[in-house]
Amino acid sequence: MTLVQLSHPARARSFLADGERARFHDAALWQIRARRDQRAAELPEWEALRELAARIKAHTLAQLPEYLERFEENARRHGAHVHFARDAAEHNRIVFELLRARGVTRVVKSKSMLTEECGLNPFLEQQGLEVVDTDLGELIVQLRREPPSHIVLPAIHLRTADVAETFTRTLGAPPLEDAQSLTEFARSHLRAKFLAAQAGITGVNFAIAETGGIVVCTNEGNADLGMALPDLHIACMGLEKLLPRAADLGVFSRLLARSATGQAITAYTAHVHGPRPGGELHIVIVDNGRSALRGEARHRASLRCIRCGACMNTCPVFRRSGGHSYGTHVPGPIGSILAPLRDPDAHQSLPHACTLCGSCTAVCPVKINLHEQLLELRERHLEGPGLALSRRWGERALAQLLGWLLKSPGRTARLGAVFRWLGRRLPGLTRWGSLGRWTATRELPPLPEHSFHAQYARRRAERARAPSDPGARRQ
Amino acid sequence: MRVALFIPCYVDQLYPDVGFACLELLEAYGIQVEVPAGQTCCGQLLTNRGALRAARPLARRFGAVFAGYDHVICPSGSCAAALWREVHGLGGDAPGAAARVVELCQFLVTVLGAPPSAAAFPHRVALHESCHALRELGLGRPSELGPGMAGPENPARQLLRGVPELSLVEPARRDECCGFGGSFSVVEPDVSVRMGNDRILDFEHAGAQVVTSTDMSCLMHLSGLMRRQRRPLTVMHISQVLVGRSPPQLPRTEPE
Repeated sequence: MTLVQLSHPARARSFLADGERARFHDAALWQIRARRDQRAAELPEWEALRELAARIKAHTLAQLPEYLERFEENARRHGAHVHFARDAAEHNRIVFELLRARGVTRVVKSKSMLTEECGLNPFLEQQGLEVVDTDLGELIVQLRREPPSHIVLPAIHLRTADVAETFTRTLGAPPLEDAQSLTEFARSHLRAKFLAAQAGITGVNFAIAETGGIVVCTNEGNADLGMALPDLHIACMGLEKLLPRAADLGVFSRLLARSATGQAITAYTAHVHGPRPGGELHIVIVDNGRSALRGEARHRASLRCIRCGACMNTCPVFRRSGGHSYGTHVPGPIGSILAPLRDPDAHQSLPHACTLCGSCTAVCPVKINLHEQLLELRERHLEGPGLALSRRWGERALAQLLGWLLKSPGRTARLGAVFRWLGRRLPGLTRWGSLGRWTATRELPPLPEHSFHAQYARRRAERARAPSDPGARRQ
Repeated sequence: MRVALFIPCYVDQLYPDVGFACLELLEAYGIQVEVPAGQTCCGQLLTNRGALRAARPLARRFGAVFAGYDHVICPSGSCAAALWREVHGLGGDAPGAAARVVELCQFLVTVLGAPPSAAAFPHRVALHESCHALRELGLGRPSELGPGMAGPENPARQLLRGVPELSLVEPARRDECCGFGGSFSVVEPDVSVRMGNDRILDFEHAGAQVVTSTDMSCLMHLSGLMRRQRRPLTVMHISQVLVGRSPPQLPRTEPE
């Protein structure tokens, strides 16, 4: 196989270069996964909930246009304004126009992976607006001018000392050492931003077609403050966030926090039906490739994703390589499906940043067949319409050659014999090429002189010649 | 009952003794096992990279060579899982021989009813649960699955419990991936090695002398790291443990 140096491995290598940080990262996420396991085990109906959630999402996606219309109608009835955006640019333009028309220059924003996907922050900053991320983790990475490394735990790649250094460098904080004082410092910094803000932007966890309400879940209450203090609330959502009925919400609120952080329930779950008195509520519903994904039979299940991050916490690769190694706004297993579907050439390495261990599929609260889709993407990149031909012809040719060699027992035997003979006689050769990536850190197994099949055939022949000798010696 | 033994290509080429241990084990339980001539590779080497088209002739050959057997025993959970996947993914004359593939321990437990092992193995042993045996074949209970979905205990662990004098030790992370992942081990060498080293440390802390598994491929990766770093533990395929082979270069433990 053509095993070129790809982007994920290179980024993973630089994250792993700091061994202690990598160990900390793995341990922190493993702890969250363990808590998730515990919480899941407490509910006898856990697997039934997952199945139900998967079916509700699949049903909603199948009838998305009708549910979108119903949601829009009901949300308007509450006095909300509903906007539709085809892509990221249109989303950003709509949000900016809303802000500009009201003379807004100071915005507080709670966590929204959609605005991350659309690049809203840099866009608004270019227009001269101040946008403050109010989720603690998001604030930290925003101050560092880094993207989040995890969709639920944006600063999980950092240690306490990194955060202290960031606050001192960017906000002039006194030297602080513990998480508690750092949090208190951030809290007072943010309180002033909240009070000065003229608009609050939030994401949306669930939008209910039946009621026209939106549901926003946070652990810090920052979304609640952001939508309660300023007059203008802009809620941004991908069109896959819809649920048919209010009754469906219970299934998801039970799954979301348990899957995400191993909590029984999110600390703050805000149910918003229309603007607060005297205020304005605008809901921006974004497609940005989602309709196209809905048309992909083998991948549309990824639209069920509720962005809980459980697949990242359990992924043994993500825990070692860090979220930035994916180079996408949504990293980890689900990001390794979404990003290459959007731009195969830019994210060629992601479907291969996976051992196919299948743990992501087993934790996903909406039962997305994540590892199977990653395997299917490998096929799509090699044989399907995905990748530029120049990026795959070499591997395709090699695969055909290997297939031709391996379909013949004779050729397989000769190939193996030559490999073992060379490996024994000229071990230096094994330091080259793809094999060199193995032998740089790992020994090859001792190479036997004869294969199993060769030895087996010889013993059968010996036994046939001397049927009276039952003890044909084995090595 | 006609039973065939499928020897994965890398076992054939690199670990011939694993093949003979499988034969001895099955013969010890009175199973007349055939090793059909003309068998080559399950195709996972190719399908793992997405080269389904190139793997199709291998799937056809597998179907032809192993037609007519009631069970096709495979001493590798990963290859067995790949063959199961090919039944659906590669089409062909399903349900053919690939649908009758059974992993070695799965065969011993579900078909033969977990016969007690005759050979003693006086060492501290840890089981590395291979991801494909665990989650694709459903052999055991993945630690992340909720209640109600827990299947029967991993057949390999059931068998190890029955081995005289064997002391089974458990790592802290029972079913963490070892980081082999086929082509992953050379495409992502840094992550792969880090995962392997973490796994080895976990086994070491558990006090294991021998790490065993249904999958020699995971063990090849772990062993490659152990030998390079001269770690005080070794690997053996579960068939070798069950027939009581001596671990390489390890003293016998004193009885406690």
